[in-house]
Amino acid sequence: MGNKQTIFTDEQLDAYQDCTFFTRKEILRLHGRYHELAPHLVPMDYTKEPDCKLPLALIVAMPELNENPFRNRIVESFSEDGLGNQSFNDFVDMFSVLSEMAPRELKAIFAFKIYDFNVDNFLCKEDLEQTLNRLTKEELTEEEVQLVCEKAIEEADLDGDHKLSFADFENMITRAPDFLSTFHIRI
Amino acid sequence: MDNDSVFYSARTGPTNPLLDQLPSYQSLLYRRKPANGGSKRRSSSRTRMGSSGSGRWGGATVALREEKTPPLQRPVRELPRTMAEKRRDREQRLEQDRELSSWRQRRRSLHRSLKRLRADLQERLSSLVLWRGDIHLIEGMFGTGILSYFSFLRFLVLLNLVIFLLMFSFVMLPIIIAPHAGGNVTFNQADGSVCSVYPTSARRGLVIFHEHITDLLSGGGFLEQTYLFYGYYKVHAISFPGFTYNLPLAYLLVTVAYLCLSLVWIVQRSATGFKRNLIQDEDRFQSFCNKIFAGWDCCITNEDAARLKRSSLLYELKTDLEEERIKQKIADRSRKERCRIYTIRLILNVFVIAVLAACFYSIYRATIFSQKAQMEKVNFMRDLIYEYLPSIVITLANFITPLLFSVIINFEDYSPAFEIRFTLMRCVFMRLTSIGVLLFSLWSQITQCKEGPCLCGYNHQLYSCWETRVGQEMYKLTVFDFIIIAAVTIFVEFPRKLMVNYCGCGLMRWWGQQEFAIPQNVLEIVYGQTICWIGTFYCPLLPAICTIKYFFIFYIKKVSLVNNCRPATRPFRASSSNFFFLVVLLIGLALASLPVMVGVGQINCSQACGPFVNYTVSWEVLPRTVSLLPNKALRDLLFALASEAVAVSLFVITCVGMFYVIALAGAHKRVINQLREQLVMEGRDKRFLIQKLCQAQRMTPARPPVPPGGPQPLARAGRDGSAGSRSSWGSPSYHTSFSTNHSDAMFLANAPPHGSTHV
Repeated sequence: MGNKQTIFTDEQLDAYQDCTFFTRKEILRLHGRYHELAPHLVPMDYTKEPDCKLPLALIVAMPELNENPFRNRIVESFSEDGLGNQSFNDFVDMFSVLSEMAPRELKAIFAFKIYDFNVDNFLCKEDLEQTLNRLTKEELTEEEVQLVCEKAIEEADLDGDHKLSFADFENMITRAPDFLSTFHIRI
Repeated sequence: MDNDSVFYSARTGPTNPLLDQLPSYQSLLYRRKPANGGSKRRSSSRTRMGSSGSGRWGGATVALREEKTPPLQRPVRELPRTMAEKRRDREQRLEQDRELSSWRQRRRSLHRSLKRLRADLQERLSSLVLWRGDIHLIEGMFGTGILSYFSFLRFLVLLNLVIFLLMFSFVMLPIIIAPHAGGNVTFNQADGSVCSVYPTSARRGLVIFHEHITDLLSGGGFLEQTYLFYGYYKVHAISFPGFTYNLPLAYLLVTVAYLCLSLVWIVQRSATGFKRNLIQDEDRFQSFCNKIFAGWDCCITNEDAARLKRSSLLYELKTDLEEERIKQKIADRSRKERCRIYTIRLILNVFVIAVLAACFYSIYRATIFSQKAQMEKVNFMRDLIYEYLPSIVITLANFITPLLFSVIINFEDYSPAFEIRFTLMRCVFMRLTSIGVLLFSLWSQITQCKEGPCLCGYNHQLYSCWETRVGQEMYKLTVFDFIIIAAVTIFVEFPRKLMVNYCGCGLMRWWGQQEFAIPQNVLEIVYGQTICWIGTFYCPLLPAICTIKYFFIFYIKKVSLVNNCRPATRPFRASSSNFFFLVVLLIGLALASLPVMVGVGQINCSQACGPFVNYTVSWEVLPRTVSLLPNKALRDLLFALASEAVAVSLFVITCVGMFYVIALAGAHKRVINQLREQLVMEGRDKRFLIQKLCQAQRMTPARPPVPPGGPQPLARAGRDGSAGSRSSWGSPSYHTSFSTNHSDAMFLANAPPHGSTHV
């Protein structure tokens, strides 16, 4: 069926299909995109599972991520070393979670990781301030930033510790109607 | 001890060590350690059993449960882990399957291949979706708000196509294939009375070219006696070999069917948005959190669009802060101020009503004038203008009133969000009611005769075939609407862009580039769709014309958007906008079914043309057909269904059902609030207990803590045992690997059975 491709074995493609929300064609296309980021580094033959990682700078240069203010955090959250060096597995994983078909719970988990800038498992005021500044490119006054962060924490904080734990975040995000449609990258 | 250094950095301020060992925090670990950590994880994932859908698989509580093969498993792709781990999981599940009986194995593999087949099929179907590439492009450039407008347009194209296919296959197709399929068409005979005189409108003799154009634009002349209008279907029945096809009945039933189909389709499409709106609080979902965490549209790939999104988010946040300030101001208003505001609002509302009444009256007079002027033809240009006078007046009114409303609302001192909605509601009302006024004025002309009550029930001298005339008016409205949309784009937006780009004078800069105002555009197309719904009964080809019209409008709007416009600085949220579009469409449908029902059930149908010549009103065909049914029981049943008893009981049952559902929704809201409060309390309890525990720790000498609930066998107990638990109390790296802390976690997890983390 179709043309024979030599990039992956059939078992590998099956495994990818089961482990992500992509079809075979899309996985092959993703490999093409991964390859064109660094044609000399990325091998065309993945049947032996080569250990090849692309640095952060190459991946955030992709057009889908280039304009995203959180691109660095996104790539870091999906990398094994936490510094943004992604193997093909991480690459596919990232786009799978950000695709249309990923369920809300899965997206919420990763959104929490992305917005947690100081990686302490809480969205504290500093995390929120950084998020806000990246969103608006620091065009809000200091006072307004403080006000907005206070209000946000007030709205979502349930256990009264003045920062958002994952439970608070998830509770809030299930009631955010835009989350599913905005936390989505089309590739 | 291993360190997940990526996720644990130096803490700021004193934090409680126990808090970090709680299962809910542990569940955030994305990267686990290899080897034995991995094997333990696998078992926990298996026993997770599709709980609460939060993806939290960690926690010793899960490991405390007995290992057993669960009936339901989360699909591997939905687990929040690395690809390598997922593949290992998958391998493991496949191995598991191999251990099962062959029948189960076959069932599982069948299940898997079916899933894959379905995914492939869906992918292939989605590539057939109309305009997929274009909409993808628009989404990338302008985000999801404007995307919703274009997918709404696509929905309307499909809807109109389906309505046309319905009309075509049940009304036109039998007539067309009758001669080929051996059918015999019996036409309605003119009974010689004065009512059934239908002077032909075809032009005779030498026809000048521009008269063809007039005919094309006004639906008269050579177009009048064609499939386009109601009057042509002067068919009583078509007798095929074997059965007789009752065309009048088909015509009526198709009308009812397309209205019901539209209703069902729109409601089904709006179901998700409606559910969401019911559950959520009004204030909450426009909240700050939603804007910060779900505000950035990750689909944006264009630099300009990103800049615009940023500025629109900025604007939104500033507006929200402004709104908070205004709410505060409103709460602080003194009594005198409130009286003043209310009187201003009353005066302005009266003014708005006066403006609306003036518009409606001018539409009424324009229609009457136009109808009278159509009797005498003077010259080409003037005739055309008189024909299109109602459309012109409606369009002018719909152009001026929104500007007026947006000026008036500034004086009424509402909160910004309410201002937008209120202005929109006024514009919707204006647009859709103007069609109703047009129809009403037409009907008043049709049923008004010079000398007392009409002979045929309608004015047969002026309107020998009044349905065709109404159909022509609807046709003219549609054509004019399309011309205006195309003309505004070509003659206003393009020059505006050229002038703004190349002429740097102050006036141009103030006017600025065209903004794609979503609400006004949506109102335009809903207006067109309402005309289509009303007009299909009188002009069966109108859905096809509307399909083609919306098809071209898509491309016109897309080109205009890409080249001329910038997205509105006032953002329009995608989620609420989908719902808003469909609500407005539903209002249009409701307003459209009213004239159709009146026309079908109230006004006498023409005796000179159309399928209902032998009936007084169009609706009569139904009771008459039912009374001719051979089966007496069926006849009685159908008549009973139409009686008042059934109608009243149905109404009462619907009301009771509605009250029940509303009460249920209210109860759910209350429960949700209670749960929310309970969650807050649980969080506070947890912190309180942990503080007490830490205090107690500090006071008692170091001793291995005895787990209160009795020790339970732990799958992971192997690695550390009690020695580890003792040492971990005092160790500095308390917030690291899960495998060393599991015993503490187990201890904590035993204490509160219903922690807030498990909701």
